[in-house]
Amino acid sequence: MQLSNVSNVLEVIGVEKRYPGVVANRDVSIQIQAGTIHAIIGENGAGKSTLMKTLYGLIKPDAGQIRIFGKEVNLKSPQDAIELGVGMVHQHFKLADNATVLENVILGSEPTRFGFVVKYDEAREKLIEIAQNYGLDINPDEKLSNLGVGERQRVEIAKVLFRGAKILILDEPTAVLVPQEVDELFANLRELVKKGLTVLFISHKLDEVLSIADDITIMRQGTTVATRKPENTNKKELAELMVGGELPKPKAGELKISPESFLKIESASYFRADGRQILDDVNLELHGGEILGLAGVEGNGQSELIELIMGLIKPASGSVEVLGLDAANTLTREIRNAGVAYIPQDRQRDGLLMTAPLWENRILGHQFAEPMAKSIWVNKSAAIQDSKRVVDEFDVRTPGINVLASALSGGNQQKFIVGRELTGDPKLIVAAQPTRGVDVGAQAIIWEHLMQARSRGAGILLISADLEELFSLSDRIAVIYSGKIVSILNPAKTTPEDLGLAMTGAKSA
Amino acid sequence: MTKSRLFWGVVAPTAAILNSLFFVYIILKIRGVDPIEMFKLMISYGFDPRNLVSEINQTVAYYMAGVAAAIGFKMLLFNIGIDGQYRMGAFFGAVVGAAVNLPPVLHVMLIILVAMLAGGAWAAIAGYLKVKRGVNEVISNIMLNFIAAAIIAFLLSPNLLGSLPEGSQNLQTNPIPKSGRMPTIKAFEGEIYTFLFIAILVGVSYWIMLNKTIFGFNLRATGLSFRAARASGVNAPGMIFITTVLSGAIAGLVGIGTLLSDTHSYSMAFPSGYAFTGLALALLGRNHPVGIFFAAFLWSFLERSAPVLEFEGVPPEIVIVMQGTIVLSIVIAYEVVARINLRQQQRAVGTVNAENVKETK
Repeated sequence: MQLSNVSNVLEVIGVEKRYPGVVANRDVSIQIQAGTIHAIIGENGAGKSTLMKTLYGLIKPDAGQIRIFGKEVNLKSPQDAIELGVGMVHQHFKLADNATVLENVILGSEPTRFGFVVKYDEAREKLIEIAQNYGLDINPDEKLSNLGVGERQRVEIAKVLFRGAKILILDEPTAVLVPQEVDELFANLRELVKKGLTVLFISHKLDEVLSIADDITIMRQGTTVATRKPENTNKKELAELMVGGELPKPKAGELKISPESFLKIESASYFRADGRQILDDVNLELHGGEILGLAGVEGNGQSELIELIMGLIKPASGSVEVLGLDAANTLTREIRNAGVAYIPQDRQRDGLLMTAPLWENRILGHQFAEPMAKSIWVNKSAAIQDSKRVVDEFDVRTPGINVLASALSGGNQQKFIVGRELTGDPKLIVAAQPTRGVDVGAQAIIWEHLMQARSRGAGILLISADLEELFSLSDRIAVIYSGKIVSILNPAKTTPEDLGLAMTGAKSA
Repeated sequence: MTKSRLFWGVVAPTAAILNSLFFVYIILKIRGVDPIEMFKLMISYGFDPRNLVSEINQTVAYYMAGVAAAIGFKMLLFNIGIDGQYRMGAFFGAVVGAAVNLPPVLHVMLIILVAMLAGGAWAAIAGYLKVKRGVNEVISNIMLNFIAAAIIAFLLSPNLLGSLPEGSQNLQTNPIPKSGRMPTIKAFEGEIYTFLFIAILVGVSYWIMLNKTIFGFNLRATGLSFRAARASGVNAPGMIFITTVLSGAIAGLVGIGTLLSDTHSYSMAFPSGYAFTGLALALLGRNHPVGIFFAAFLWSFLERSAPVLEFEGVPPEIVIVMQGTIVLSIVIAYEVVARINLRQQQRAVGTVNAENVKETK
C-alpha cells in the first residue's frame, strides 16, 4: 500500500465488507486528490453503492482503512461523515415538496437562537453566499414544488454545502437529468472544484465520465480494478474494464423491410386537459423489419405518442393505426393481443408490480391471451415455467422467480421486462428508453435481443434520449420537438451534433 | 419462500395479540386487580358452550364485514361504507323476502341475491363518484352511511314499509314467511345459523377469485399499481368501480344470518359499527379468508366475554382497549415483517450476484 499523501483528501485502503454469503466489497483502494472530480464507474452490483455507504458512515467496513484529510477515521454514522466534511447527494432526492428552498436546506441543521428560534435571516444570508460563491442558481424563497429536477438537484447540493461539506459524493447524479440539465450540473461541479472542493462522482455513463472527471476508478465484482486519466483512455477500454472482457456487439444484419406498415400515424394531435397542445400534426410510418428511432428531449410529447399507440388515450384529430387496428377505438388489451410489445420508460411504475413476485410480473400485460390465461383462469404453471426461461435467456440475476420485483436491481428488472415483452415474437415493439439506468453488460444483451427481433421481421419504435443508442440501433431517426416531428434523419449521414441540434429545436441546415 | 410467508403470517398476529395482552395486563395491574385471574375468567366464560354458539353467529356477521373490507383493501379502497351497505342489504332483503312467496330454497336465494344487489348498488354510488368525479371514497361513504340510515328510518314508518308490532318499541318490516327462512343447527342449548355455510362459501370464492382468476389478477394488479395495470391492458378505473360494487355486495350479507335465522324482519334494533370492525378484521387477518375468520372469532369472543369483567368491578370497556391495541400492534408488526422479507430477498439476490462472480473467475 502507498503511504498517505498530503494532497489526498480521501483515501480508501483495502476496505472490505462482507454480508452473510456475499462479499460486497473487497480490497477496495482509492486515492482522491484535493480539488478534483473523481469518478467511480462500474456495472450495477459492482459494489459502488456499498463503497459510498461506507464513506458516508451508513455501513461499517469489516476491514481496511479510510483516511479523510490524512487522518484515519472511524465513521459510525452519517453525522460523523458530515462533521468531517463529507456530504452525500442522493440519487433520489430527499426533499419536502411543500416547503421552500431555504427550509429544505436548513432542515435538520437550523441555526437557532436559544436552541429553538430559527434564525431564518442568518440562514438565508449564508445560503445566498453559498449560492453566489459556487455559482448555484437557486432562489431561497421558491416553493420546492415549483422546481424542476435539475433545480432540485442544486438544492440538494446546496444542502450539503450548507453543512460545510468539503468532499461531495454524488450518486448517479445524471440518471434523472435531461441533456441540458447535465451540462448545467457539470458546470456547477467544475465551479465547486475550482473553489477547492472535491467531488466523488458515481456513474455508469462512460461519455459523461470521460468529459467531466479528472480521474476515473473502475470497480468490478466488488473491487477496484484500475484507475485511469480520461486523456489516457477511451470508452472501449473503460467498458471492457467494467465488464471484464470484450463487449458483445449488436450485429446489424441485413435490412429486410416488409412492405406492410405496422404503425401508421397520420396528422395526429393531442391536447392535455388544461388545453395545452402536446402533439401537433404528427406523421410517422413504421414497417416490419426496421427500427425507427424517436429522438427528443424528454417531455416533448413522447409519452403521449406512446399512449396513443397503446390505445391509452385518444387523439384529438388524425388517426393512429397499429397493426391495422384503429388505436383510438381499440382496447389496450386488444392492441397487445394483436402482437404489440410495450417496454415502458418508467419501468417501476408502468412495467412492474413491484411488490409482486417475478412470476406474477411475467403475466402482467399478457393476462388476456394464452398461455398466461386459460379461459378465466390464471395459468400459474405456464407463468412459472416461462419466467424461468426469461430469467435464463436474459441473464436476470435472481435467486428464483418467487422474489419480489422490488428486490432486483434496476438493470435486472429491465432485463426481465424486455424478456417478457419479446416473448412470442411480437410484430410491433414499442421500446421506450429500453436501457436507461442499465449497465453496459445488460445494455448489450438488450440491444442484441432488439436486433434479433428486427431480423425476425418485427417493427421497432425506439424512443430514446441516448444518442449512442439511437445511432447504434436505428435505421431511421425521427426527431420530435415540442410535439412536432421536426425531421427524419438517416443515421449513416448524420452526426451526433446535428441530431443534438435538431432535438433542441434548432433548425437544421 | 411460501413457508416463511406462512410462518410470518402466524407470528405477526400472535405477537400483536401478546403485545396487547401485555398492555392490558399493566392497566389491570394499575387498577389493582389480578390480570391473570381476569384472563382466566374471560377464557372460561368465553368458551362456555352457550356463549360459544352466539360467538359463532356473531363471527359470521363480522366475517362478512371483514371479507367486504378485504376486497376493498386489495384495491387500496377504504370501504368505510360497509355500515350503510349492510343496512341496505338487510333492509331490502327483508322487504322483498316478506313480499313474495316462493318455494323454500328459491325464496332464501332470492333474499340473498337482493341483499347483495342492494349493498352493491349502494356502494356503486361511491364507486361512481370516485372513478368519474375523483371523490375520495371515505368521505362519500361516510355520507352514504348517514343517508342509508335516514332512508331506512323513513321507509320504516308504519304507513310505508314498516309496522309497529304490539308490545314492541321498534319499527320493523313485515316478517318473512317460513319458506324464506334458513334453518339453524341446535347445539348446546343454542342455535347456530346455517348462514355460516354461505359465509364459508363466500370466503372460499373470494380466495379463488383473487388468486386463481384473471379477474382477480387484474384486481390485484390495479391495487398494486394503477399505472402498470392500465399499461398492461386492464381497464383500471373500471376495475376500481367493480371492486367497490363487489365489496358492497358482500357487505350486504352482513345482517342476513340474523335476518334469515333469527329475527325474520329488519328493525331499527339492527346494530351499527360493522364498517370499523370489518376494516380492523381485514387488517388483522391480512386480507386472507382464513385469517379474517380467526380475527372475526377473536373479536366475537372478546366482546362476548367482556361482561363477565363487570362482576369483578372491572369496566368491560377494557376489551375495546384490547381490540385497539391489537389493531395498532398488527399494523406495526406487518410492516416490520414486510421489511424483513424484502431484506431477506435482497440478500438472496446479492448471493446470486456473488456466485456469478465466482463462476466468471
